Amino acid sequence: MSASCPVCDVDVELADDTVEGELIECEDCGSELEVVNLDPPEIAEAPEAEEDWGE
Amino acid sequence: MRVGFLHSLIRKDEKLLLEAFKAIPNVELVMLDDRKLTFDLAATPDVDVILERSINHSRAMHTLHLYEALGVRCVNTYDVSRICGDKLLTSVALKAHGIAQPEVRVAFTETSALDAIEEVGYPVVLKPAVGSWGRLLSKVNDRDAAESLLEHKTVLGSYHHSIFYIQKYVDKAGGRDIRSFVVGDDCIAAIYRTSPHWITNTARGAVATGCPVTPEIAEISLAAAEAVGGGVVAIDLFETPDGLQVNEVNYTMEFKNSIDTTGVDIPQHIAAYAAAATS
Repeated sequence: MSASCPVCDVDVELADDTVEGELIECEDCGSELEVVNLDPPEIAEAPEAEEDWGE
Repeated sequence: MRVGFLHSLIRKDEKLLLEAFKAIPNVELVMLDDRKLTFDLAATPDVDVILERSINHSRAMHTLHLYEALGVRCVNTYDVSRICGDKLLTSVALKAHGIAQPEVRVAFTETSALDAIEEVGYPVVLKPAVGSWGRLLSKVNDRDAAESLLEHKTVLGSYHHSIFYIQKYVDKAGGRDIRSFVVGDDCIAAIYRTSPHWITNTARGAVATGCPVTPEIAEISLAAAEAVGGGVVAIDLFETPDGLQVNEVNYTMEFKNSIDTTGVDIPQHIAAYAAAATS
């Protein structure tokens, strides 16, 4: 399973246990990405941190 | 048992928790993405318990409130999220339970905040009441810096930034603080967080190393957890000549870098605790 990096367009391999919403990193361009769909596989740039994010 | 896994982004921490739940018999995971949820206040809940792992404090807090109103047991509870998510409320809870913490002042205007800072004495740390990962913390060394920072916060920030939470600066022994992990009635692990910078969040580059859970660490950690309502919390501790002090209590604890460091399967403890909770 793979999807196209929205930043550098390289194919990003997704592990079998990938879940929707998972954060991954493009090994080619280093962008932080979110898996937004599994069927079909789709990834998008991860959202920017917001003010109330954290622990 | 149907366990609602309340989340936004699935980080390494959440992935480890999902794996831990899968190892528990009779647990069915229900993924609840806070970005997709809608609430009907009259709905019948379809989960037995919620484990909260949202990255947004405001969404987490309100969602917990809504699920608790439907009678669902939540880990952590709405009250724990409300108190831990606001440093002012945390300090009040710690004070009410007689737990040692750095000296704190709260003020709401530039003038009164400057008065409060001068009462405490330099240096102080200005913190957003709601915030995390060491962001927007300011170490204020003198009056010039205080005046400038207070003006900037007032002019450039939202009204939240004019709720001035002022903490006496604690000079960390060895450039480190302690993070302990509490699950229910147990302090299961602790790490030292060491940095040459005065901010020792691992999110800001501090290095984590193993810290033995001494009776003193366990005692103050469990007391702090109880003060905010208990559950699954991580406690930030300062080592001072007068003993340990509680700096902050975190209610959606991040632990991915602390498993190998401590040798403790932290996600397994959390998943087991949540699965044992009942409506």
